[in-house]
Amino acid sequence: MTFWSIVAELGEGFLVSCEIFFITLIIALPLGLAISFGSMARWKPVRAVIKTIVWIVRGTPLMLQIMIIYYAPGLLFNVRGINNFPAVIIAFGINYACYFSEIYRGGIESISKGQYEAGQVLGMTKGQIFFRVVLLQVIKRILPPMSNEIMTLVKDTSLARIISVIELLFVAETFTLRGIIWPLFFTAVFYLAFIGILTIVFGRLEKKLNYFKV
Amino acid sequence: MTMETIAKTEAPPFLEVKNYRKRFGENEVLKGISFTLQKGEVLAIIGSSGGGKTTLLRCLNFLEIPDEGELYLGGERLFGADEKVKVSDARVREKRLHFGLVFQQFNLFPQYTVSKNIMLAQTLLAKQDFAQKKAAFAAARRSAPKEKRTQLKAEHKKILTEIRSGQKEAIEKKTLSLLERVGLSEKKDAYPYELSGGQQQRVAIARALALSPDILCFDEPTSALDPELTGEVLKVIKGLKSADSTMIVVTHEMEFAKNVADHVIFIADGLIEEEGTPEEVFEHPKSEKTQAFLRKSLEELF
Repeated sequence: MTFWSIVAELGEGFLVSCEIFFITLIIALPLGLAISFGSMARWKPVRAVIKTIVWIVRGTPLMLQIMIIYYAPGLLFNVRGINNFPAVIIAFGINYACYFSEIYRGGIESISKGQYEAGQVLGMTKGQIFFRVVLLQVIKRILPPMSNEIMTLVKDTSLARIISVIELLFVAETFTLRGIIWPLFFTAVFYLAFIGILTIVFGRLEKKLNYFKV
Repeated sequence: MTMETIAKTEAPPFLEVKNYRKRFGENEVLKGISFTLQKGEVLAIIGSSGGGKTTLLRCLNFLEIPDEGELYLGGERLFGADEKVKVSDARVREKRLHFGLVFQQFNLFPQYTVSKNIMLAQTLLAKQDFAQKKAAFAAARRSAPKEKRTQLKAEHKKILTEIRSGQKEAIEKKTLSLLERVGLSEKKDAYPYELSGGQQQRVAIARALALSPDILCFDEPTSALDPELTGEVLKVIKGLKSADSTMIVVTHEMEFAKNVADHVIFIADGLIEEEGTPEEVFEHPKSEKTQAFLRKSLEELF
């Protein structure tokens, strides 16, 4: 096996890692916003339910959550569970949505009441106030913690191998079984490159939102 | 009493607030406030902090809903605490549009330029209006005979395009004239953080005026400003005074209240302690509380 053929195989695993990454973001970014609304709901029972869910999800390892979603249907109810890839997506989506929701909540609550009131006295609807006035200020505020969390997600994709999703680290491990160790360490190159790109992207975004001050 | 004042007192009031009460938990902030205001008048509300001035203003703008009381504007009953049915959000928004409010902390939208700050609410309302017209046209087309529909569609499209460009033009024109009125035409593309406090407050005034409220309220508009910047804001407010602009100003600036207001209300502990013309309240206060308050606010000056 040549160097390049191994790198190509690792690359295929990396594509799966990327898939997990992007699909998780597509699900968790909006879902997190919805959960953050729930955690700020005026009705107490809603708040209590959401807070309990967030507590459970943030209080247990993601790896355990992946295993529960994958194995629990079969073990507990003796029904055929879902495939490993969807199971990973569900676990990641919910897990990251919960973390994001707390970041959103922090950002939303940091916006001064005056901004909402200014919108109200100008006859704006709640939706208009949120989307036209508050949201961009929230995004500006939460960009640094968000980028942290999103970078963690890149590396968390490696947890998917626990239920045999063939992502980057899984592929590397198959080489070690054949006595080739270096691909395992080489995976760092992929992760580092990805994080490097994200660092640049978030840096640019922050700069772009520097045109105003909150 | 001269003939003029008699005529004035007999005209039906433009704004009538009856027995406004508001409590927050144990704390009763407004204990039955009633007053009237004529169109074109400037009302100054003075009093020590915590007396309920700001709460009253917030109740007028429906940012707080009074526990008791009624409000009439131009003869129409706009609010009654006894109304059993919960008022819809849309209705509250409509009511709010009768009043404008300029905040102590300006509360400009930081991500928008000065002109966008002034235009935003107008644009949103225009859009709403446009959507309604569009829907009305669509309904009219549906009820029209089939063969006429294509022709109607073209006609409607033309009218709608005209409406939209007309709206846009009107909003831009209005925004520019408002900026001129507050003396900030050259700042129209600046962002709020690039402006001084006084300039920000002037933009906030223009923004509040953009929706042409019946009554414009000011909540201590100069309290957050450095002393050297209060003058420019007060000057703008004074300049707004005209026969058809009715204003309510909560203020600590006694000189301003004296010179600009037609009517002064002194509020203490949630009640109107004294009211009358500036001369009556400032020169011949009847209540001891008013006398003490005025003495104190004069002392602060020196």
